[in-house]
Amino acid sequence: MSEHERYAEDLALYALDALQGEDRARVDEHLTTCAACRLELERLRGDTALLALSATGPRPPQRARQRLLDAVAREARVPKMVKASQRRSWWGWLGWAATAAVVIFALSLWQENSALRQNLVSASFRAAQNRRELEELRRIAAPILEPETQRVTLVAAKAPPQPQGKAFYLRSRGSLVFLANNMPPLPPQKAYELWLIPASGAPIPAGVFKPDARGNASVVNPPLPAGAEAKTFAITVENEAGSPAPTTPVLMVGVGE
Amino acid sequence: MSSPQPQGSSADLALVLGLKSGDQGSMAELYDRYSSVVYAVALRVLGDTGAAEDVLQEVFLQLWRRPGAFDAARGSLGSWLAVITRNRAIDSLRKRRPETDIEDVVLSVAPDLAADAERTRAAEKVRGVMGGMAPAQRSALEMAYWEGMSHSEIANKTGEPLGTVKTRIRTGLIALRKAFQS
Repeated sequence: MSEHERYAEDLALYALDALQGEDRARVDEHLTTCAACRLELERLRGDTALLALSATGPRPPQRARQRLLDAVAREARVPKMVKASQRRSWWGWLGWAATAAVVIFALSLWQENSALRQNLVSASFRAAQNRRELEELRRIAAPILEPETQRVTLVAAKAPPQPQGKAFYLRSRGSLVFLANNMPPLPPQKAYELWLIPASGAPIPAGVFKPDARGNASVVNPPLPAGAEAKTFAITVENEAGSPAPTTPVLMVGVGE
Repeated sequence: MSSPQPQGSSADLALVLGLKSGDQGSMAELYDRYSSVVYAVALRVLGDTGAAEDVLQEVFLQLWRRPGAFDAARGSLGSWLAVITRNRAIDSLRKRRPETDIEDVVLSVAPDLAADAERTRAAEKVRGVMGGMAPAQRSALEMAYWEGMSHSEIANKTGEPLGTVKTRIRTGLIALRKAFQS
């Protein structure tokens, strides 16, 4: 019996959270050094997911939704994605671009993984490869993505901070990442709304956002019509719930690159 | 907004990114997508609507507090939530502290189960496979999965050797996997 076979049945119990005490500790220790058994554990957990998804029953009561959303609102937090550490700081566009590239690449990796799962055997090897690539990307991008990173952008001396926004739009995937800084604060019940301006036709809503205390904000993958072609992007001030069409003059508009 | 919502796993990933930036709307949409799955799993384990609602609340609040615990590169969100929910429900049923941190629950599952229709098809297939198992094997797997019984508890209850129970549980899970590979 090979070492993996020796652990095979315990791994199934482990995947069910049914292995306790010394047996569990023994498997835990083995998993730290055995990639093949870690992969098998992932597969066994996937098998248990299939079992879970066979459960059917009534929908949860309506009050449960409100209870959750009330709890979420009580724990509301400021966006973590964009957080400047100095009053006049804003990221260099190289940083913006790298961040957007990582987000969009992660999305494409995920989509690739989804397609590959049609064939489990080959997909598991590709998924492992993608995972390594994603982890490497995360390692490389850590200084850009971590909220505690100190970000300082140098501008001409005595130049007042100007509101700026940068949109990264991948039309083929419908992926949009928008990052802004130095945005002026807004009155209560108001928010900025981002618009995708097509070559023809009405502006398309592309997300509502409020800047944090430092004037930073982000919009990540808002719902957009498939294949929408963007001539440019623009920003207006709207009610915080968002508007289906602009109701105020354009504050900021893309200049193209 | 009137623009159509993106569907499937990429939409899930976008919503999880929304959670990371503190977007409560993303939380509401994820709840609408997956609350039925989470509640059905919790209710199947606990058999009590109040207790199932508490687990539903706990699972989604954990996702809100720690969206980074779900690794999109490692499996679909629906499958991950189903596994987390089953584990939490079993912990609640057996009144024990959670053994596994949600960040350690990593899984690989063959079908992409992001859409309701895909989950319905998968559920029918699972019920078909379970129905085709020998009664002793089906029973061992169900006791382990839905009642959270250890292999020794199952062996005591059924009077079968420990090794036999272990083998039945493992081969039962592998049979499910093979059904989705073919």
